[in-house]
Amino acid sequence: MKKIALLFILAAFYVSGMSSCTAVKAYEKIKLNDSEMELSARKAEKFEQNAQLYREGSSGANGGKSGGGCGCN
Amino acid sequence: MKFISLTIVFFYLSIVASFAQIKSSEASFEKRKLKFEEANLVNSYYSQDGNNSAVTGGVGTEKLTDVSNSFDLKLSRYGKTGLKHTYTFEVGFDTYTSASSDNIDPATVTSASYSDVRIYPSLSWNIANEQKGNSIGFSASFSGEYDYTSIGGGLNYTKSSKDKNRDFSVKLQAFFDTWAVIMPIELRSNYRFEGYTQGDNAPRNSFSAALSLAQVISKDLQVLIMVEPAYQSGLLSTRYQRVYFNDINNFNPDGSRGTLKSEFLPDNRLKLPIGARLNYFWGDHIVLRSFARYYTDNWGINSSTAELETVVKITPFASVSPFYRYYQQSASEYFAGINQHQLSNTFYTSDYDLSKFNSNYFGAGVRFAPPAGVLKLQRITMVELRYGHYSRSNGLSSNIISMNLRFK
Repeated sequence: MKKIALLFILAAFYVSGMSSCTAVKAYEKIKLNDSEMELSARKAEKFEQNAQLYREGSSGANGGKSGGGCGCN
Repeated sequence: MKFISLTIVFFYLSIVASFAQIKSSEASFEKRKLKFEEANLVNSYYSQDGNNSAVTGGVGTEKLTDVSNSFDLKLSRYGKTGLKHTYTFEVGFDTYTSASSDNIDPATVTSASYSDVRIYPSLSWNIANEQKGNSIGFSASFSGEYDYTSIGGGLNYTKSSKDKNRDFSVKLQAFFDTWAVIMPIELRSNYRFEGYTQGDNAPRNSFSAALSLAQVISKDLQVLIMVEPAYQSGLLSTRYQRVYFNDINNFNPDGSRGTLKSEFLPDNRLKLPIGARLNYFWGDHIVLRSFARYYTDNWGINSSTAELETVVKITPFASVSPFYRYYQQSASEYFAGINQHQLSNTFYTSDYDLSKFNSNYFGAGVRFAPPAGVLKLQRITMVELRYGHYSRSNGLSSNIISMNLRFK
């Protein structure tokens, strides 16, 4: 599992560093501009992320809270 | 409570003042008018149960319910120099009931710890130069509940490439928290060991730096990579969580075995998570949203997360999104179950949130964004409902249902 996560992240690094990324023009971004394509968690996921933050030992790098406030019962 | 009220009044007045300033200059420069961008109302109901409560030493009920609500409002205007100013005000309000917290003092039928309310307003201001493709932002936040107060601040900077296919951003955040120390009832009168005692106010500070890079790969694929090192210092133990040691021939007055102490953990923690998101628009009706994260910290926890959501667009305005998330973590070196810690241990906890486990989380969301508005109410542009079921390999399970209403 750890290997899969690392591979995924390394692949993402590799892909983002590729000089062969297509130069996508503004008028070609219909799909990329779709709200479902946003590179962030949904607003409706906010409290799911909070629950996971409190019930698991790790946090951060997902756009959610990484410290501050509690509500941690 | 007085501070919370003052904070809310301050934020309210800030927004009113913003409106007032705009109105006074409206006549001379129409473009500076404050524009309503959107508002979101998010509500959720969360319920969990398990049998490894840290309050009672790693055994006992973990039953908890939480009702969470948040409202955010986004306004924008263009300044004289053409910069776009965006103001976001958010206020959150949680109410929870916790059977395990009630066991801080089990003699009470329903103690003050059984339920609590948390309120957390925040304000952010972002200034964007759309021509140059960069922006800078500031944020301030407050969170208050019965025994915990947090004041936070943040700075962020984003730079976009000329073709808008790449964004780099940095976000620095700091939280300065104060925690009123509550000890288990048995340890309130004579416990003078290892730091804070009942009634003390203890600090907990958190600092993080999130660096992210978003890249468009093709007309239907984009990726984001984020690294977010974080450092915490101060009281990181939850002092009302009990730990029973392995000297089981030592009986306590309530019949439990082993020397009883309050959880004790190091006063600093360094976290290093690295995450990536990859979204792909497959064909005309399916969007694959994926997330992966690797995490490590200096308490010995290593974890991996993998998540996949498949958005099926039934019509241009309605979609269904089943999702699945797998998570696994190793145990903190300070964790052991009831009667397993040795008295010679420097740090100790029986909090199963820091134990070795894996978890599965699955569910689905539905989303409607009709052009005429939800239920023909034009101002409500989107409604989203989500349900998720979470189960952990050590027996804890939970359910959460959330709703997001968007107004424009």
